[in-house]
Amino acid sequence: MKSFRLSLKIALVHLLSKKKQTIIAMLGVTFGISMFIVMISFMTGVNDYLMDLALDGSPHIHVYNPVKTKRTPLSASVYDTSKTQIFVHHQKPKADQNRIRSGFQILQEIQKLPYVTNAAPQLSSQVFFNNGSLQFGGVMMGVDIERENTMYKLYEKIESGSVEKMRSNKDGILLGENLALKLNVGVGDRVSLTAPNGSVFLLKVVGTFAFGMTSVDETRCYVGLNTAQKILGKPSDYITDINIRIRDYNQSTAIAEEIQALFGYTAEDWKKTNASILAGEIIRNTLTYVVSAAMLIVAGFGIYNIMNMSVVNKMRDIAILKATGFEAGNIVSIFLLQSLIIGLSGAFLGMFIGALLSYGIDQLPFPAREMIKLETFPVNYEPIHYILGIVFGFITTLFAGYFPSRKASKIDPVAIIRG
Amino acid sequence: MFAVNAQKITKYFHEPSTFAVLSNIEFSVEKGEFVSLIGKSGCGKSTLLYILSTMDTDYEGTLELNNQSVTGLSQDALSRFRNEHLGFVFQFHFLLPEFSALENVMLPALKLGKFSNEEIEHQAIEKLKQVGMDEYARKSAGKLSGGQQQRVAIARALINNPAIIMGDEPTGNLDKANTYIVLDILKRLSEENKQTIITVTHDPDFAAKSHRIIEMEDGKMVKR
Ligand SMILES: Nc1ncnc2c1ncn2[C@@H]1O[C@H](COP(=O)(O)OP(=O)(O)OP(=O)(O)O)[C@@H](O)[C@H]1O
Ligand SMILES: [Mg+2]
Repeated sequence: MKSFRLSLKIALVHLLSKKKQTIIAMLGVTFGISMFIVMISFMTGVNDYLMDLALDGSPHIHVYNPVKTKRTPLSASVYDTSKTQIFVHHQKPKADQNRIRSGFQILQEIQKLPYVTNAAPQLSSQVFFNNGSLQFGGVMMGVDIERENTMYKLYEKIESGSVEKMRSNKDGILLGENLALKLNVGVGDRVSLTAPNGSVFLLKVVGTFAFGMTSVDETRCYVGLNTAQKILGKPSDYITDINIRIRDYNQSTAIAEEIQALFGYTAEDWKKTNASILAGEIIRNTLTYVVSAAMLIVAGFGIYNIMNMSVVNKMRDIAILKATGFEAGNIVSIFLLQSLIIGLSGAFLGMFIGALLSYGIDQLPFPAREMIKLETFPVNYEPIHYILGIVFGFITTLFAGYFPSRKASKIDPVAIIRG
Repeated sequence: MFAVNAQKITKYFHEPSTFAVLSNIEFSVEKGEFVSLIGKSGCGKSTLLYILSTMDTDYEGTLELNNQSVTGLSQDALSRFRNEHLGFVFQFHFLLPEFSALENVMLPALKLGKFSNEEIEHQAIEKLKQVGMDEYARKSAGKLSGGQQQRVAIARALINNPAIIMGDEPTGNLDKANTYIVLDILKRLSEENKQTIITVTHDPDFAAKSHRIIEMEDGKMVKR
């Protein structure tokens, strides 16, 4: 402890004797760490925002029955296929292909699973919205509006009107904000909709919603499940999808596999649905770490240079210290302490500046309202990033300072004292 | 009991070509003796002193200091030995220029860590007083004159009360008055404290006041 205090004292005197270099080396680290903080705060902010969007806009697990155009022909069950070649050209899908049979029963079974918090039936279909002589394609989702409300917090996304009115209006419809704009309708207006089988229905707009993703807000509409069945001319137990929320969304992949195995229908988890968002996350994280590492390495070289110069300048001092009884370890600690002081003070200043810059970015208005809805740039303030910053600064300077310090400790005092 | 016992010390320099600076040096110094090392410039006095001070380990032969063999010890062990048992005044007064005179004197004692900071400071001021430098204690060493620096270096050599004090022309930059002050201090240290003193000097008067004169010529001892 005593020898540490002595080394620290000598290190501080050395640092103060070259204030300019000390500050320049420190600013190198400051720059690297502050950029790291800014980048990682912003990038993880974007990641989290997109993740929220993905999780809000899609179920954790989506159970459906994909349309299989190719299937074993009926004749294969009659003839022995090992002896007879069967050719069927241009097979057509059967009607009701994507129906989930005994859907409500499966729904109940799923709801009993321990890790499932909620599950909702859905009947979705492509539809056309008629606006005068023009038609717009869209997706109609026939849902149990109460469950949908609890699962997706629809009420939070309502822009005009309300979810509650769906209850009192059997022919009520909720339109995506952009879709309503395209159709030029508002709450209380009627909208005409054409089902795939050609039948036309008039529905009453009770509200508009915005998820924040143009792809959804431009095409989606919600109607009651019964209404959807009526529009499509299907019986009241006809559903095409089951949407599931689970306790821990990180476990979605395993649970989806289990559900698929249990019920025989395709179960896709949100990670698969939003693969592009997650891929973007990996790219953003890689970018953050690569750029930050590059800047820290540059800062490290700065420290290395200045420490090397300092060792050369202080050769006489080192010789005297060794001649009067300082051991190699003491010399190493004197110079290592210098670079650690430079590195840590630089890192702390960098964290402070990084936090300020992050806050500044947080206040900037986000320009691209077309793609996603966002008021300011998303920024995260995670303590772990700041701890990482300090750790990175510490490790960089430890490395940068180690080699010059070792060089200093190897100086032969006689060679210098002889003159 | 010998304070210094050197056996068959030989040292070569390899530049510009290999030659023996010191050949077969054999001598011993008793505890409490005050010895002067004299000889022409370039005869190898400084070279011998660096070996005796354990800083130069590149030699043949064996060396005992304070009844302990130091030949072949590790660098760190030698550092600790120097810190505790040796005081050295260099031919060209070497101080740490960014530290005050007082701090320069205190450093070897702080390294030894035997006493508290306050005690060490007190002792350091005492040593500076002995060489008449106490009024410059707080002045930065880089701003002292050559003679003043040399006196501070002497105070530093004394701080840990070493068994052996070596000086390479420790009074080379001092006027007559100060030379006699230093001479007096060294004599008292050897006679009263039984500390052993070995100094290289060109000053015949200085040498005459010591207990014994060793003369060197071309890397050999001619008078012991
Ligand atoms: N590093 C070195 N490499 C080669 N030769 C050296 C080296 N250092 C000293 N010498 C030579 O060794 C010889 C002895 O040098 P040393 O410094 O011991 O002399 P000295 O007796 O102390 O002289 P002075 O009284 O001038 O200080 C000299 O001839 C010198 O040139
Ligand atoms: Mg000499």
